[in-house]
Amino acid sequence: MSEQLKTLAVWKFASCDGCQLSILDCEDELLTLVGAIRIANFTEASSAVIDGPYDLSLVEGSITTAHDAERIREVRAQSHFLMTIGACATAGGIQALRNFSDVNEFRRIVYARPDYIDTLATSTPIAQHVKVDFELRGCPIDKRQLLETLSAFLNRRKPVIPTESVCTECKRRGNPCVMVIDGTACLGPVTQAGCGAICPAYARGCYGCFGPMESPNTAPLAARLEQLGLDHAAVRRVFRTFNAGAAAFRAEGERHGG
Amino acid sequence: MAVESRTIKVDMLARVEGEGALYVRFRDGALEDVRLTIFEPPRFFEAMLRSRAFGEAPDITARICGICPVAYQMSAVHAMEHAAGMQLGGSIRDLRRLLYCGEWIESHVLHMYMLHAPDFLGLPDAVQLARTHGDLVRQGLRMKKAGNTLIERIGGRAIHPVNVRVGGFWRAPRKDDLQALVPELQWGRDAALRTVQFMATLPMPELEQDYEFVSLRHPGEYPLNEGRIVSSAGLDIAVEDWPQHFEEFQVRHSSALHARIKARGSYLTGPLARYSLNFDRLPAEIQQVARDAGLGTTCRNPFKSIVVRAVETLYAFDEALRIIATYEEPSPSFAPVEPRNVTGHAATEAPRGLLYQSYTVGGDGLIADAHIVPPTSQNQATIERDLWSVAQEGQAMADADLQARCEMSIRNHDPCISCATHFLDLTVERT
Repeated sequence: MSEQLKTLAVWKFASCDGCQLSILDCEDELLTLVGAIRIANFTEASSAVIDGPYDLSLVEGSITTAHDAERIREVRAQSHFLMTIGACATAGGIQALRNFSDVNEFRRIVYARPDYIDTLATSTPIAQHVKVDFELRGCPIDKRQLLETLSAFLNRRKPVIPTESVCTECKRRGNPCVMVIDGTACLGPVTQAGCGAICPAYARGCYGCFGPMESPNTAPLAARLEQLGLDHAAVRRVFRTFNAGAAAFRAEGERHGG
Repeated sequence: MAVESRTIKVDMLARVEGEGALYVRFRDGALEDVRLTIFEPPRFFEAMLRSRAFGEAPDITARICGICPVAYQMSAVHAMEHAAGMQLGGSIRDLRRLLYCGEWIESHVLHMYMLHAPDFLGLPDAVQLARTHGDLVRQGLRMKKAGNTLIERIGGRAIHPVNVRVGGFWRAPRKDDLQALVPELQWGRDAALRTVQFMATLPMPELEQDYEFVSLRHPGEYPLNEGRIVSSAGLDIAVEDWPQHFEEFQVRHSSALHARIKARGSYLTGPLARYSLNFDRLPAEIQQVARDAGLGTTCRNPFKSIVVRAVETLYAFDEALRIIATYEEPSPSFAPVEPRNVTGHAATEAPRGLLYQSYTVGGDGLIADAHIVPPTSQNQATIERDLWSVAQEGQAMADADLQARCEMSIRNHDPCISCATHFLDLTVERT
């Protein structure tokens, strides 16, 4: 029976562990899930590891070392379907802030013996290194989206994952627009939906943790942020957080001073 | 001349957060080397925080750890408020404590049920545990969900909550929304009591260590967000004096810095330390539960940390119910805080132990310097000392058994390697 189950592997690169923790956070579904898919390699949860190849690999984290750049190729070679989970794996994550700085300076700030530390000058998404079959956004991912994608994979259908903006979720949730009401800076108009518009529901602006939506119009939003009183550097910081390396956010950040 | 060597090696430690390895080597029957290696790629948070607005610290530092983001947010906001010379009380203080209770529950239950308990029963994971102890695992999942729900209700989501800000919360949770959690938290408190009783029945390896315990200590309560830093060897300092008494240093086999008390050496932070230094701060009823479970007023057997975690989980459910019973929505939900040209320090009790942060904020409101010392960094040297003891005493064991015992002894301290930014890799070598 278990021979017929698809096998799942979970891999970690530079990350906080939060996205793979989302799997264990599916408390109501976890025991059903392990009956539907065979967890073959998930070291955070189990010391039993079954050798590949694997039907599905979930990859968390970004590539920041030469060793990891090699390791992701090995992971790809062992995986029939490879899905990245979260902002680190899909855009380089918060650690992609190094891409705009001198990493040697970073190394010196943190470590007394920087020469012991092996690191690349950049933090890059998985798709920059190997073919990725599907990307799940978010910092962290949304567990409902994770379950939807796993279910779609097991049933050989396309997952239903919206590519529209957070604004549409805000409207559906009935949130008053924080930008209209009190001029709060909000990335909702250019950020992909998926979180459920949590930040505006808590009376703060969206900070873009699901990354840019399809065809985002960042320039008019940036202009509006400046009208609201943000200076150049502040607008740059708004676009440079957890998806700083995503093309549209990177470009808008660069238009605001480096 | 024949030299007999024996090596035990685990290249990728399982059921710990992050990437590490273990290496143990015997030579001619004597233990020669023990190393907990951390190979987690460094992410340079302290450097990334420079030139960011002070208000961004809670959101950015949360990303250090997906298991204990609240701990990072709490140390960050308290450090910024300390910098601005403020100490917040009332409902904002209560809500922060309540949010932290949610994280203790979620993190402790994850560790006890899914990562640590399988060790005591010789199983690889909680899925196998569920085959023989289905109700037990379902109970653990439901408790963990109760902790996560508490974080979601206050913070907006369980991992990297969005509602915490310097000065308080973006929006105060409604009284009714918190009241609605009471029945499940009451169930959770009962389940936590059963958890203490169950964990106490697990077969415990004998080991007593002469740790110097370090934790916060508060005049009236079991410590979470406030208190002085105290130790079992008599240290008793204000948090802002951390740099005068502690130091960090780098070892070649770890991308996480180690820490020690100046002129003295390694120490232990976390549940064993908190419990042993603050037993008198637990409610009498919980003290009795701990005694009935076979714990004394201090606990120096690291394997029993699983029982202490269960006691702390019971406390967290109890404290959450106490706070909700008297909660009134703070209005406004945050106080204005504007640190300028100052340095602030804070330490809070993450599930794994003391988490210290300090920031210097410039005249422009941007962070000029950040210093973050996670609990696992501080515990690394002590985890290695435990490994020495365990390997020494377990020399007669077969390799597989000794390896299992060594891995279990690392998990005793619930290391969070992404936090520490190290990687863990285990090798045992016998010559």
